[in-house]
Amino acid sequence: MTTEVISVAHGVVGYDGRPVLRDVSLTVTAGEVVAILGANGSGKSTLIRAVLGLVPLSAGSVTLFGRPARRFRQWHRIGYVPQRLGAGSGVPATVAEVVASGRLARRGVLRPPGRADREAVAEALRAVGLADRAKDPVATLSGGQQQRTLIARALAGRPELLVLDEPTAGVDAASQEAFAGALRAFVDDGGTVLLVAHELGPLRPLISRAVVVHQGFIAHDGAVPDPAGHHAAPDHDHVHPHGPEEPAGLWSTR
Amino acid sequence: MSLFQYDFMLRALVGALIIGLAAPALGIYLVQRRLALIGDGIGHVALTGVGAGLLFQTSPVIMAVIAATAGAIVIELIRERGRTSGDLALALLFYGGIAGGVVLVGLSDSTNANLNAYLFGALTTTSREDLVTIAVLGVAVLAAMIALRPALFAVCHDEEYARVSGLPVRALNLLLAVTTAITVTIAMRAVGVLLISALMVVPVATAQQVTRGFRATMAAAMALGLFAAGAGIWMAAVANTAPGASVVVLAIASFIVVTLLAAGWRRLRRARPVPAPAPEPHEVVLHGS
Repeated sequence: MTTEVISVAHGVVGYDGRPVLRDVSLTVTAGEVVAILGANGSGKSTLIRAVLGLVPLSAGSVTLFGRPARRFRQWHRIGYVPQRLGAGSGVPATVAEVVASGRLARRGVLRPPGRADREAVAEALRAVGLADRAKDPVATLSGGQQQRTLIARALAGRPELLVLDEPTAGVDAASQEAFAGALRAFVDDGGTVLLVAHELGPLRPLISRAVVVHQGFIAHDGAVPDPAGHHAAPDHDHVHPHGPEEPAGLWSTR
Repeated sequence: MSLFQYDFMLRALVGALIIGLAAPALGIYLVQRRLALIGDGIGHVALTGVGAGLLFQTSPVIMAVIAATAGAIVIELIRERGRTSGDLALALLFYGGIAGGVVLVGLSDSTNANLNAYLFGALTTTSREDLVTIAVLGVAVLAAMIALRPALFAVCHDEEYARVSGLPVRALNLLLAVTTAITVTIAMRAVGVLLISALMVVPVATAQQVTRGFRATMAAAMALGLFAAGAGIWMAAVANTAPGASVVVLAIASFIVVTLLAAGWRRLRRARPVPAPAPEPHEVVLHGS
Protein backbone atom coordinates (compact mmCIF):
# COMPACT_ATOMS: atom_id res chain seq x y z
CA MET A 1 0.00 0.00 0.00
CA THR A 2 1.58 3.27 -0.99
CA THR A 3 -1.15 5.77 -0.32
CA GLU A 4 0.20 9.25 0.24
CA VAL A 5 -0.72 10.47 3.71
CA ILE A 6 1.35 13.65 3.84
CA SER A 7 2.96 15.46 0.98
CA VAL A 8 4.86 18.73 1.28
CA ALA A 9 6.07 20.27 -1.96
CA HIS A 10 8.66 23.04 -1.88
CA GLY A 11 7.40 24.34 1.45
CA VAL A 12 8.74 27.69 2.65
CA VAL A 13 7.99 29.11 6.11
CA GLY A 14 9.28 32.31 7.64
CA TYR A 15 8.67 34.06 10.94
CA ASP A 16 8.77 37.84 10.68
CA GLY A 17 10.70 37.68 7.44
CA ARG A 18 13.32 35.30 8.88
CA PRO A 19 13.21 32.07 6.86
CA VAL A 20 12.90 28.91 8.94
CA LEU A 21 12.12 26.38 6.20
CA ARG A 22 13.65 27.30 2.87
CA ASP A 23 12.60 24.64 0.38
CA VAL A 24 11.30 21.47 1.92
CA SER A 25 9.69 18.55 0.12
CA LEU A 26 8.57 15.49 2.01
CA THR A 27 6.21 12.60 1.34
CA VAL A 28 4.95 10.16 3.95
CA THR A 29 3.02 7.11 2.78
CA ALA A 30 0.60 4.97 4.78
CA GLY A 31 2.23 2.68 7.34
CA GLU A 32 5.51 4.58 7.49
CA VAL A 33 7.07 5.76 10.72
CA VAL A 34 9.07 8.83 9.83
CA ALA A 35 11.31 10.67 12.28
CA ILE A 36 12.28 14.26 11.62
CA LEU A 37 15.65 14.90 13.18
CA GLY A 38 17.76 17.97 13.52
CA ALA A 39 19.43 20.35 15.93
CA ASN A 40 17.48 22.89 17.96
CA GLY A 41 16.37 25.68 15.69
CA SER A 42 16.82 23.63 12.52
CA GLY A 43 13.14 24.03 11.67
CA LYS A 44 12.00 20.49 12.44
CA SER A 45 9.11 21.51 14.69
CA THR A 46 8.12 24.19 12.21
CA LEU A 47 7.89 21.52 9.53
CA ILE A 48 5.22 19.53 11.36
CA ARG A 49 3.41 22.69 12.42
CA ALA A 50 3.25 23.65 8.76
CA VAL A 51 1.94 20.18 7.88
CA LEU A 52 -0.86 20.64 10.44
CA GLY A 53 -1.69 24.14 9.25
CA LEU A 54 -0.62 25.76 12.52
CA VAL A 55 1.87 27.99 10.72
CA PRO A 56 1.15 29.29 7.24
CA LEU A 57 3.37 28.42 4.28
CA SER A 58 4.69 31.43 2.41
CA ALA A 59 5.30 29.24 -0.65
CA GLY A 60 4.77 25.63 -1.65
CA SER A 61 1.91 23.35 -0.72
CA VAL A 62 0.81 20.70 1.77
CA THR A 63 -1.43 17.77 0.88
CA LEU A 64 -3.11 15.63 3.56
CA PHE A 65 -4.65 12.28 2.60
CA GLY A 66 -4.62 13.37 -1.02
CA ARG A 67 -6.41 16.66 -0.40
CA PRO A 68 -4.90 20.15 -0.41
CA ALA A 69 -4.52 21.13 3.24
CA ARG A 70 -6.66 24.21 2.69
CA ARG A 71 -9.63 22.03 1.82
CA PHE A 72 -8.87 19.20 4.23
CA ARG A 73 -11.71 18.66 6.73
CA GLN A 74 -11.27 15.06 7.95
CA TRP A 75 -9.31 16.07 11.03
CA HIS A 76 -10.41 12.93 12.88
CA ARG A 77 -7.90 11.04 10.73
CA ILE A 78 -5.05 12.94 12.40
CA GLY A 79 -3.95 12.71 16.02
CA TYR A 80 -1.66 15.53 17.15
CA VAL A 81 0.60 15.24 20.18
CA PRO A 82 2.11 18.62 21.07
CA GLN A 83 5.41 19.01 22.85
CA ARG A 84 3.83 19.67 26.18
CA LEU A 85 0.60 20.31 27.93
CA GLY A 86 -0.52 23.93 28.03
CA ALA A 87 1.18 25.81 30.84
CA GLY A 88 -1.59 24.79 33.24
CA SER A 89 -4.33 27.28 33.77
CA GLY A 90 -5.17 26.84 37.39
CA VAL A 91 -8.56 25.29 36.72
CA PRO A 92 -8.02 21.62 37.46
CA ALA A 93 -8.81 19.01 34.81
CA THR A 94 -8.70 15.25 35.22
CA VAL A 95 -6.64 13.01 32.96
CA ALA A 96 -9.86 11.55 31.52
CA GLU A 97 -11.23 15.03 30.77
CA VAL A 98 -8.10 15.98 28.83
CA VAL A 99 -8.12 12.69 26.93
CA ALA A 100 -11.85 13.14 26.16
CA SER A 101 -10.94 16.23 24.09
CA GLY A 102 -9.47 13.76 21.60
CA ARG A 103 -12.98 12.62 20.71
CA LEU A 104 -14.17 16.02 19.51
CA ALA A 105 -12.67 15.68 16.03
CA ARG A 106 -14.83 12.61 15.52
CA ARG A 107 -17.94 13.71 17.40
CA GLY A 108 -18.20 17.37 16.48
CA VAL A 109 -19.02 20.30 18.71
CA LEU A 110 -22.71 19.84 19.34
CA ARG A 111 -23.17 16.15 20.08
CA PRO A 112 -22.79 15.22 23.76
CA PRO A 113 -20.32 12.43 24.59
CA GLY A 114 -21.77 8.91 24.49
CA ARG A 115 -20.77 5.39 25.34
CA ALA A 116 -18.44 5.03 22.34
CA ASP A 117 -16.56 8.13 23.50
CA ARG A 118 -16.14 6.86 27.05
CA GLU A 119 -14.93 3.49 25.79
CA ALA A 120 -12.41 5.08 23.43
CA VAL A 121 -11.08 7.24 26.28
CA ALA A 122 -10.71 4.23 28.57
CA GLU A 123 -8.99 2.24 25.85
CA ALA A 124 -6.55 5.06 25.05
CA LEU A 125 -5.70 5.38 28.75
CA ARG A 126 -5.04 1.64 28.95
CA ALA A 127 -2.83 1.84 25.86
CA VAL A 128 -0.49 4.32 27.57
CA GLY A 129 -0.72 2.68 30.99
CA LEU A 130 -2.61 5.45 32.75
CA ALA A 131 -5.96 3.74 33.33
CA ASP A 132 -5.54 4.02 37.11
CA ARG A 133 -4.90 7.78 36.92
CA ALA A 134 -8.02 8.66 34.91
CA LYS A 135 -9.65 10.63 37.73
CA ASP A 136 -6.49 12.38 38.95
CA PRO A 137 -5.81 16.03 38.12
CA VAL A 138 -3.35 16.27 35.23
CA ALA A 139 -1.27 18.76 37.19
CA THR A 140 -0.35 16.05 39.73
CA LEU A 141 1.22 13.84 37.05
CA SER A 142 4.93 13.68 36.25
CA GLY A 143 6.18 15.18 32.99
CA GLY A 144 6.33 11.76 31.39
CA GLN A 145 2.82 10.87 32.51
CA GLN A 146 1.52 14.17 31.15
CA GLN A 147 3.16 13.34 27.85
CA ARG A 148 1.41 9.97 27.89
CA THR A 149 -1.87 11.77 28.60
CA LEU A 150 -1.34 13.76 25.42
CA ILE A 151 -0.70 10.67 23.32
CA ALA A 152 -3.80 9.06 24.87
CA ARG A 153 -5.77 12.15 23.84
CA ALA A 154 -4.55 11.71 20.26
CA LEU A 155 -5.23 7.95 20.28
CA ALA A 156 -8.75 8.43 21.68
CA GLY A 157 -9.86 9.83 18.34
CA ARG A 158 -8.71 6.59 16.63
CA PRO A 159 -6.62 8.44 14.04
CA GLU A 160 -4.83 6.98 11.02
CA LEU A 161 -1.91 9.37 11.32
CA LEU A 162 -0.13 10.43 14.49
CA VAL A 163 1.94 13.60 14.44
CA LEU A 164 4.17 14.00 17.48
CA ASP A 165 6.35 16.94 18.45
CA GLU A 166 9.37 15.84 20.53
CA PRO A 167 7.40 13.18 22.35
CA THR A 168 10.31 11.95 24.44
CA ALA A 169 11.88 15.25 25.49
CA GLY A 170 12.17 15.39 29.26
CA VAL A 171 10.38 12.08 29.74
CA ASP A 172 11.53 9.53 32.33
CA ALA A 173 12.68 6.09 31.16
CA ALA A 174 9.52 4.27 32.34
CA SER A 175 7.30 6.67 30.45
CA GLN A 176 9.48 6.39 27.35
CA GLU A 177 8.98 2.62 27.38
CA ALA A 178 5.21 2.93 27.89
CA PHE A 179 5.17 5.51 25.14
CA ALA A 180 7.13 3.30 22.72
CA GLY A 181 4.75 0.42 23.51
CA ALA A 182 1.68 2.51 22.71
CA LEU A 183 3.27 3.71 19.50
CA ARG A 184 4.23 0.17 18.47
CA ALA A 185 0.62 -1.00 18.96
CA PHE A 186 -0.57 1.92 16.83
CA VAL A 187 1.90 1.09 14.05
CA ASP A 188 1.06 -2.62 14.17
CA ASP A 189 -2.58 -1.68 13.54
CA GLY A 190 -1.51 0.01 10.31
CA GLY A 191 -1.09 3.55 11.62
CA THR A 192 1.22 6.13 10.08
CA VAL A 193 3.52 8.23 12.26
CA LEU A 194 5.39 11.46 11.73
CA LEU A 195 7.42 12.53 14.71
CA VAL A 196 9.96 15.15 15.56
CA ALA A 197 12.73 14.00 17.83
CA HIS A 198 15.93 15.24 19.29
CA GLU A 199 16.91 11.77 20.41
CA LEU A 200 15.13 8.57 19.54
CA GLY A 201 15.89 6.41 22.58
CA PRO A 202 13.52 3.43 22.82
CA LEU A 203 11.63 4.64 19.72
CA ARG A 204 14.56 3.83 17.44
CA PRO A 205 13.54 0.31 16.39
CA LEU A 206 10.13 1.63 15.31
CA ILE A 207 11.43 4.22 12.89
CA SER A 208 11.26 3.20 9.25
CA ARG A 209 12.74 6.37 7.80
CA ALA A 210 14.60 9.40 9.03
CA VAL A 211 14.54 12.92 7.64
CA VAL A 212 17.21 15.30 8.86
CA VAL A 213 16.42 19.00 8.71
CA HIS A 214 19.38 21.34 8.72
CA GLN A 215 19.15 25.13 8.44
CA GLY A 216 15.77 24.97 6.78
CA PHE A 217 16.66 22.34 4.20
CA ILE A 218 16.29 18.57 4.21
CA ALA A 219 19.84 17.27 4.56
CA HIS A 220 19.06 13.57 4.64
CA ASP A 221 16.07 11.41 3.77
CA GLY A 222 16.42 7.65 4.17
CA ALA A 223 17.77 5.17 6.70
CA VAL A 224 18.14 6.21 10.32
CA PRO A 225 21.65 7.66 10.51
CA ASP A 226 24.09 6.49 13.14
CA PRO A 227 25.23 8.91 15.78
CA ALA A 228 28.07 10.93 14.33
CA GLY A 229 30.97 13.03 15.51
CA HIS A 230 31.60 13.38 19.21
CA HIS A 231 28.09 12.03 19.92
CA ALA A 232 29.21 8.60 18.73
CA ALA A 233 32.19 8.38 21.06
CA PRO A 234 31.70 5.59 23.60
CA ASP A 235 32.44 7.84 26.52
CA HIS A 236 30.12 10.58 25.30
CA ASP A 237 27.68 11.41 28.02
CA HIS A 238 24.96 13.33 26.27
CA VAL A 239 23.02 15.29 28.83
CA HIS A 240 20.41 17.84 27.98
CA PRO A 241 18.92 20.18 30.53
CA HIS A 242 15.53 18.73 29.57
CA GLY A 243 16.63 15.21 28.70
CA PRO A 244 16.90 11.93 30.55
CA GLU A 245 20.03 11.34 32.53
CA GLU A 246 21.18 8.50 30.35
CA PRO A 247 23.05 8.53 27.05
CA ALA A 248 20.55 7.67 24.34
CA GLY A 249 20.45 7.63 20.55
CA LEU A 250 21.85 11.00 19.60
CA TRP A 251 21.89 13.19 16.61
CA SER A 252 24.19 15.67 15.16
CA THR A 253 23.53 17.22 11.83
CA ARG A 254 26.83 16.60 10.12
CA MET B 1 -38.45 35.63 55.30
CA SER B 2 -41.00 38.34 55.68
CA LEU B 3 -38.93 40.84 53.70
CA PHE B 4 -39.40 38.77 50.57
CA GLN B 5 -43.11 39.42 50.65
CA TYR B 6 -42.22 42.62 48.80
CA ASP B 7 -42.22 42.09 45.07
CA PHE B 8 -39.08 44.12 44.52
CA MET B 9 -37.12 41.96 46.97
CA LEU B 10 -38.39 38.81 45.31
CA ARG B 11 -37.39 40.12 41.88
CA ALA B 12 -33.98 41.06 43.24
CA LEU B 13 -33.56 37.56 44.64
CA VAL B 14 -34.56 35.75 41.44
CA GLY B 15 -32.37 38.03 39.32
CA ALA B 16 -29.40 37.51 41.63
CA LEU B 17 -29.85 33.74 41.64
CA ILE B 18 -29.86 33.53 37.83
CA ILE B 19 -26.75 35.69 37.61
CA GLY B 20 -25.11 33.78 40.45
CA LEU B 21 -25.54 30.60 38.42
CA ALA B 22 -24.63 31.93 34.96
CA ALA B 23 -21.61 34.11 35.84
CA PRO B 24 -19.36 31.32 37.21
CA ALA B 25 -20.46 28.92 34.45
CA LEU B 26 -18.95 31.37 31.98
CA GLY B 27 -16.19 32.58 34.28
CA ILE B 28 -14.56 29.16 34.52
CA TYR B 29 -13.60 29.35 30.82
CA LEU B 30 -12.22 32.84 31.29
CA VAL B 31 -10.15 31.71 34.28
CA GLN B 32 -8.92 28.69 32.37
CA ARG B 33 -7.78 30.94 29.59
CA ARG B 34 -6.16 33.41 32.00
CA LEU B 35 -8.56 36.17 31.07
CA ALA B 36 -9.99 36.51 34.58
CA LEU B 37 -10.22 40.28 34.35
CA ILE B 38 -11.73 40.46 30.87
CA GLY B 39 -15.20 40.82 32.41
CA ASP B 40 -14.01 44.00 34.04
CA GLY B 41 -12.78 45.43 30.76
CA ILE B 42 -15.99 44.58 28.96
CA GLY B 43 -17.96 46.02 31.87
CA HIS B 44 -16.20 49.33 31.41
CA VAL B 45 -17.08 49.29 27.73
CA ALA B 46 -20.68 48.47 28.61
CA LEU B 47 -20.75 51.67 30.64
CA THR B 48 -20.32 53.67 27.44
CA GLY B 49 -23.41 51.88 26.14
CA VAL B 50 -25.29 52.83 29.31
CA GLY B 51 -24.23 56.43 28.84
CA ALA B 52 -25.39 56.40 25.23
CA GLY B 53 -28.70 54.86 26.27
CA LEU B 54 -29.29 57.50 28.93
CA LEU B 55 -28.30 60.27 26.54
CA PHE B 56 -30.51 59.15 23.66
CA GLN B 57 -33.36 58.05 25.94
CA THR B 58 -33.23 54.49 24.67
CA SER B 59 -32.91 51.39 26.84
CA PRO B 60 -29.52 51.61 28.59
CA VAL B 61 -29.43 47.82 28.94
CA ILE B 62 -29.86 47.17 25.21
CA MET B 63 -27.24 49.82 24.40
CA ALA B 64 -24.93 48.26 26.97
CA VAL B 65 -25.35 44.82 25.35
CA ILE B 66 -24.46 46.32 21.97
CA ALA B 67 -21.42 48.23 23.27
CA ALA B 68 -20.19 45.31 25.37
CA THR B 69 -20.56 42.84 22.50
CA ALA B 70 -18.66 45.11 20.14
CA GLY B 71 -15.96 45.60 22.78
CA ALA B 72 -15.72 41.87 23.44
CA ILE B 73 -15.34 41.06 19.75
CA VAL B 74 -12.63 43.71 19.36
CA ILE B 75 -10.74 42.31 22.36
CA GLU B 76 -11.03 38.76 21.00
CA LEU B 77 -9.76 39.78 17.56
CA ILE B 78 -6.83 41.60 19.16
CA ARG B 79 -6.06 38.56 21.31
CA GLU B 80 -6.16 36.31 18.25
CA ARG B 81 -3.68 38.42 16.27
CA GLY B 82 -0.87 38.89 18.73
CA ARG B 83 -0.47 38.52 22.42
CA THR B 84 1.90 41.38 23.15
CA SER B 85 -0.37 44.23 22.16
CA GLY B 86 -3.41 42.65 23.82
CA ASP B 87 -2.47 44.02 27.21
CA LEU B 88 -2.30 47.57 25.97
CA ALA B 89 -5.42 47.26 23.84
CA LEU B 90 -7.26 46.05 26.91
CA ALA B 91 -6.11 49.07 28.90
CA LEU B 92 -7.32 51.39 26.14
CA LEU B 93 -10.74 49.74 26.16
CA PHE B 94 -10.94 49.85 29.96
CA TYR B 95 -10.32 53.54 30.29
CA GLY B 96 -11.91 54.57 27.02
CA GLY B 97 -15.04 52.73 28.05
CA ILE B 98 -15.39 54.22 31.49
CA ALA B 99 -14.43 57.74 30.40
CA GLY B 100 -16.86 57.57 27.49
CA GLY B 101 -19.59 56.38 29.80
CA VAL B 102 -19.04 59.13 32.35
CA VAL B 103 -18.94 61.82 29.64
CA LEU B 104 -22.13 60.56 28.00
CA VAL B 105 -23.98 60.25 31.31
CA GLY B 106 -22.84 63.79 32.14
CA LEU B 107 -24.23 65.06 28.82
CA SER B 108 -27.63 63.47 29.49
CA ASP B 109 -29.89 64.98 32.12
CA SER B 110 -29.76 61.95 34.40
CA THR B 111 -28.41 62.28 37.89
CA ASN B 112 -25.35 60.84 39.54
CA ALA B 113 -27.59 58.34 41.29
CA ASN B 114 -28.35 56.90 37.89
CA LEU B 115 -24.68 56.34 37.11
CA ASN B 116 -24.13 54.84 40.55
CA ALA B 117 -26.84 52.29 39.84
CA TYR B 118 -24.73 50.94 37.00
CA LEU B 119 -21.39 51.29 38.73
CA PHE B 120 -22.42 49.49 41.91
CA GLY B 121 -25.61 47.70 40.91
CA ALA B 122 -29.23 48.39 41.75
CA LEU B 123 -30.89 45.05 42.13
CA THR B 124 -33.80 46.32 44.19
CA THR B 125 -34.90 48.56 41.32
CA THR B 126 -35.21 45.52 39.00
CA SER B 127 -38.46 45.85 37.09
CA ARG B 128 -40.53 42.95 35.78
CA GLU B 129 -39.19 43.61 32.26
CA ASP B 130 -35.61 43.68 33.57
CA LEU B 131 -36.18 40.36 35.24
CA VAL B 132 -37.46 38.82 32.00
CA THR B 133 -34.34 40.10 30.18
CA ILE B 134 -32.07 38.71 32.88
CA ALA B 135 -33.87 35.36 32.87
CA VAL B 136 -33.86 34.89 29.08
CA LEU B 137 -30.24 35.97 28.59
CA GLY B 138 -29.02 34.22 31.73
CA VAL B 139 -30.59 30.91 30.76
CA ALA B 140 -29.23 31.24 27.21
CA VAL B 141 -25.69 31.77 28.52
CA LEU B 142 -26.04 28.91 30.96
CA ALA B 143 -27.34 26.54 28.30
CA ALA B 144 -24.52 27.40 25.89
CA MET B 145 -21.82 27.01 28.54
CA ILE B 146 -23.12 23.62 29.66
CA ALA B 147 -24.02 22.18 26.25
CA LEU B 148 -20.72 23.21 24.64
CA ARG B 149 -18.54 22.31 27.62
CA PRO B 150 -16.36 19.69 25.86
CA ALA B 151 -15.62 21.97 22.92
CA LEU B 152 -15.12 25.12 25.00
CA PHE B 153 -12.92 23.17 27.41
CA ALA B 154 -10.79 21.93 24.52
CA VAL B 155 -10.40 25.41 23.05
CA CYS B 156 -9.55 27.05 26.37
CA HIS B 157 -7.27 24.20 27.44
CA ASP B 158 -5.18 23.83 24.28
CA GLU B 159 -6.17 26.07 21.40
CA GLU B 160 -3.70 24.57 18.91
CA TYR B 161 -4.90 21.07 19.59
CA ALA B 162 -8.49 22.25 19.14
CA ARG B 163 -7.47 23.71 15.79
CA VAL B 164 -5.90 20.42 14.65
CA SER B 165 -9.10 18.68 15.81
CA GLY B 166 -10.94 20.73 13.23
CA LEU B 167 -13.02 22.59 15.83
CA PRO B 168 -14.42 25.97 14.77
CA VAL B 169 -11.98 27.69 17.12
CA ARG B 170 -12.69 31.23 16.03
CA ALA B 171 -16.48 30.78 16.25
CA LEU B 172 -16.15 29.29 19.74
CA ASN B 173 -13.89 32.14 20.84
CA LEU B 174 -16.33 34.72 19.52
CA LEU B 175 -19.19 32.88 21.22
CA LEU B 176 -17.26 33.14 24.47
CA ALA B 177 -16.66 36.85 23.86
CA VAL B 178 -20.32 37.55 23.12
CA THR B 179 -21.63 35.52 26.06
CA THR B 180 -19.15 37.36 28.28
CA ALA B 181 -20.61 40.65 27.07
CA ILE B 182 -24.15 39.44 27.71
CA THR B 183 -23.31 38.15 31.17
CA VAL B 184 -21.56 41.39 32.04
CA THR B 185 -24.56 43.39 30.99
CA ILE B 186 -27.09 41.43 32.99
CA ALA B 187 -24.74 41.20 35.96
CA MET B 188 -24.35 44.96 35.80
CA ARG B 189 -27.87 45.23 37.25
CA ALA B 190 -26.94 43.00 40.13
CA VAL B 191 -23.46 43.88 41.29
CA GLY B 192 -22.49 46.84 39.12
CA VAL B 193 -19.75 47.34 36.56
CA LEU B 194 -17.04 47.55 39.19
CA LEU B 195 -17.81 44.18 40.78
CA ILE B 196 -18.80 42.05 37.78
CA SER B 197 -15.59 40.08 37.47
CA ALA B 198 -15.91 39.04 41.10
CA LEU B 199 -19.02 36.98 40.38
CA MET B 200 -17.40 35.35 37.36
CA VAL B 201 -14.06 34.58 38.95
CA VAL B 202 -14.30 34.27 42.74
CA PRO B 203 -16.60 31.21 42.85
CA VAL B 204 -14.28 29.46 40.36
CA ALA B 205 -11.23 30.34 42.44
CA THR B 206 -13.01 28.99 45.52
CA ALA B 207 -14.16 25.78 43.86
CA GLN B 208 -10.78 24.85 42.42
CA GLN B 209 -9.24 24.73 45.90
CA VAL B 210 -11.06 21.48 46.54
CA THR B 211 -11.97 19.97 43.17
CA ARG B 212 -9.96 17.61 40.97
CA GLY B 213 -11.64 17.97 37.59
CA PHE B 214 -13.04 20.63 35.30
CA ARG B 215 -16.60 19.42 35.39
CA ALA B 216 -16.60 19.21 39.18
CA THR B 217 -15.09 22.70 39.40
CA MET B 218 -17.83 24.07 37.16
CA ALA B 219 -20.59 22.46 39.21
CA ALA B 220 -19.09 23.60 42.51
CA ALA B 221 -18.52 27.14 41.24
CA MET B 222 -22.13 27.38 40.10
CA ALA B 223 -23.33 26.14 43.50
CA LEU B 224 -21.11 28.70 45.23
CA GLY B 225 -22.36 31.48 42.95
CA LEU B 226 -25.94 30.51 43.70
CA PHE B 227 -25.20 30.49 47.44
CA ALA B 228 -23.42 33.86 47.42
CA ALA B 229 -26.23 35.45 45.40
CA GLY B 230 -29.00 34.08 47.61
CA ALA B 231 -27.26 34.76 50.89
CA GLY B 232 -26.12 38.19 49.71
CA ILE B 233 -29.65 39.31 48.92
CA TRP B 234 -30.86 37.91 52.22
CA MET B 235 -28.10 39.81 54.03
CA ALA B 236 -29.02 42.96 52.16
CA ALA B 237 -32.64 42.55 53.21
CA VAL B 238 -31.89 41.83 56.85
CA ALA B 239 -28.95 44.13 57.50
CA ASN B 240 -29.90 46.76 54.92
CA THR B 241 -26.56 46.54 53.13
CA ALA B 242 -25.95 47.20 49.44
CA PRO B 243 -27.13 44.02 47.66
CA GLY B 244 -24.42 43.79 44.98
CA ALA B 245 -21.56 44.40 47.38
CA SER B 246 -23.08 41.94 49.88
CA VAL B 247 -23.10 39.20 47.23
CA VAL B 248 -19.43 39.84 46.42
CA VAL B 249 -18.40 40.07 50.08
CA LEU B 250 -20.02 36.70 50.73
CA ALA B 251 -18.36 35.17 47.67
CA ILE B 252 -14.97 36.34 48.92
CA ALA B 253 -15.76 35.21 52.46
CA SER B 254 -16.48 31.70 51.15
CA PHE B 255 -13.18 31.81 49.26
CA ILE B 256 -11.31 32.56 52.48
CA VAL B 257 -13.19 29.94 54.50
CA VAL B 258 -12.72 27.23 51.86
CA THR B 259 -9.03 28.09 51.43
CA LEU B 260 -8.43 27.84 55.18
CA LEU B 261 -10.41 24.59 55.46
CA ALA B 262 -8.61 23.08 52.48
CA ALA B 263 -5.20 24.04 53.90
CA GLY B 264 -6.16 22.61 57.28
CA TRP B 265 -7.42 19.40 55.71
CA ARG B 266 -4.21 18.99 53.72
CA ARG B 267 -2.10 19.53 56.83
CA LEU B 268 -4.21 17.05 58.76
CA ARG B 269 -3.84 14.45 56.05
CA ARG B 270 -0.10 14.93 55.89
CA ALA B 271 0.20 14.59 59.67
CA ARG B 272 -1.72 11.32 59.67
CA PRO B 273 0.57 8.29 59.14
CA VAL B 274 0.29 6.77 55.69
CA PRO B 275 -1.49 3.39 55.97
CA ALA B 276 0.73 0.50 54.96
CA PRO B 277 -0.41 -1.18 51.75
CA ALA B 278 -0.47 -4.69 53.20
CA PRO B 279 -0.50 -4.76 56.99
CA GLU B 280 1.27 -7.69 58.59
CA PRO B 281 -0.93 -10.06 60.55
CA HIS B 282 -1.22 -9.17 64.21
CA GLU B 283 0.97 -11.14 66.52
CA VAL B 284 -1.63 -11.15 69.23
CA VAL B 285 -5.36 -10.64 69.05
CA LEU B 286 -6.88 -8.69 71.87
CA HIS B 287 -10.39 -9.72 72.80
CA GLY B 288 -12.84 -7.61 74.68
CA SER B 289 -13.07 -3.84 75.05
